[in-house]
Amino acid sequence: MRLLDPTSEREPAIRECLPRPQSLANKRIALLDISKPKGDVFLDRLADQLASMGIETRRYQKPTFARVAPVDLKHQIVSECDLVIEALAD
Amino acid sequence: MRNKTSRLQSLLPVDFTGYLAVVKRDCATCQLIEPALREMSQGLSLLIYSQDDPTFPSSIAAVRDDTELELSYHLDIEIVPTLMQVKAGNETRRSVGWQRDEWRRLTGLPALGEGSPAFSPGCGSKSVDPGMPEKLAYKFGDTRLQARRIDVAAQQDEHELAFERGWSDGLPVVPPTEERVLKMLAGTTRSPDEIIGIIPPDNVPCTIEKVAINAVMAGCKPEYLPVVLAAVEAACRYEFCMHGVLATTYFVGPIIIVNGPIRDEIGMNWSHNVLGQGNRANSTIGRALQLVVRNVGGGRPGGVDRAALGQPGKIGFCIPEREHDSYWEPLSVERGFSPEESTVTLFAGGGVHPIGDQKSRNAESLTRSLALSIRTVYHAKIYGAADALLVISPEHMRVFRETGWSKSRFRNQLAKHLTVDGNDLLAGKDGIAEGMPDRFADKRLSKFRPGGLLIVHAGGAAGMWSAIVTGWGHSGSRGSVPVTVPINS
Repeated sequence: MRLLDPTSEREPAIRECLPRPQSLANKRIALLDISKPKGDVFLDRLADQLASMGIETRRYQKPTFARVAPVDLKHQIVSECDLVIEALAD
Repeated sequence: MRNKTSRLQSLLPVDFTGYLAVVKRDCATCQLIEPALREMSQGLSLLIYSQDDPTFPSSIAAVRDDTELELSYHLDIEIVPTLMQVKAGNETRRSVGWQRDEWRRLTGLPALGEGSPAFSPGCGSKSVDPGMPEKLAYKFGDTRLQARRIDVAAQQDEHELAFERGWSDGLPVVPPTEERVLKMLAGTTRSPDEIIGIIPPDNVPCTIEKVAINAVMAGCKPEYLPVVLAAVEAACRYEFCMHGVLATTYFVGPIIIVNGPIRDEIGMNWSHNVLGQGNRANSTIGRALQLVVRNVGGGRPGGVDRAALGQPGKIGFCIPEREHDSYWEPLSVERGFSPEESTVTLFAGGGVHPIGDQKSRNAESLTRSLALSIRTVYHAKIYGAADALLVISPEHMRVFRETGWSKSRFRNQLAKHLTVDGNDLLAGKDGIAEGMPDRFADKRLSKFRPGGLLIVHAGGAAGMWSAIVTGWGHSGSRGSVPVTVPINS
């Protein structure tokens, strides 16, 4: 579904990031692979390290790094996780 | 809308000259004339477009597919079959339904449709099925909608999204999809990009499109839109002082009073429970104005809206006057408009205060009685500050009719009973610190400034009640003045 913005559009359509958390305790972290080469290697390594710290992670992947993440994927990440770590460059 | 003729030329072969027929299988007339279409296709340059099944008519080769209805939309097809004569890409003549003699003249085939009935009316085009014109306008037209698009995720609840983004007044809103907004805009002939005013408190230019989006969210029907637009225009007038009405700690919000024929044309309720809930037009028109102020203007409770208490009518407050059996001229006529003209009057009002009088049977008694309650508007010791809206019910109106009092006579008598000795109102008098400054000692004071009391007739037939709606303590030129504007389509 696509809606028309009823406001004056002074505020950005996408809301600002939340403040950086003080601690990772009891937080679930999304690991977002944007489909750039070797991003998976980096995230695998992070997942191992976070797991050893007792922190739960979930993996997600953008269909292509060339476009912004689909709205469904963003909503899924927001619904399931507290933080996101994205592997940006190859 | 986009120029449909030039679009037609891009859909047809270059400089096409010949005939064009639009049909559908699900139409008895289209099936009936299959032999005639076949005869035409053998002797003439004929393009046949089928709306529902490109294999129909099956006895004719190369039927063109218009199941997307793009051609039907651009040609404004309302009935099938439709036969058009086209010269060099431009329509020259058109026949709707099966009219044998006319089709014969149009095609120059003297025996066309021999053996078939002379006339068969055809069926509705699929392009005008309910809801379809808006869908097609969005898909194929130049909709000219400028608003930013917000995508809703498949798993996301669009109603929750509206709350999360702060678009709502606390009640659910109708999600403003492109189709719904286009449908809403069909309620006016005005262009979506027309700016109708600068909306406070952020002083943002407000387009017809933005009003339509908020009217969709409020639950309005397209035919209410002209009333909403007039209300928004009134709210943007300098003299109404919407910024102050919003920013005050006092109770007030914009109250819309509708006069003229549009009240009945759009099904407003001027009868039972007129100040209450239950009628879609009454409830949603007032709400649409408030949502425009909230979303376009940026005026939100606790933000620029600093009301200490507010009042329930700030969700939306819109009433029509009961005109057909009133003994008095309507509010709009008093304010210089003709009875045939539809108008909106905007009044900055607080809550509704009931006045009961079940015993007065003559106008003098009832006027004195009403005056006694009206004295308490804003504060019993404050005069000349707040305007008010007096709503006279049919049973109280009956008393004035039976006594033969005109509206102006009532106004004069009421003013007399609402004029008092300033010494009785001074600050500190009767052990009450509140009151008028000492400079009003020894003066006669009127409760209302000239033009500060609006009077309308409304309500159900039974019940000897009237109501007073208090205005803002800063009524008049130093604050808000009621504004009346005509409603334009």
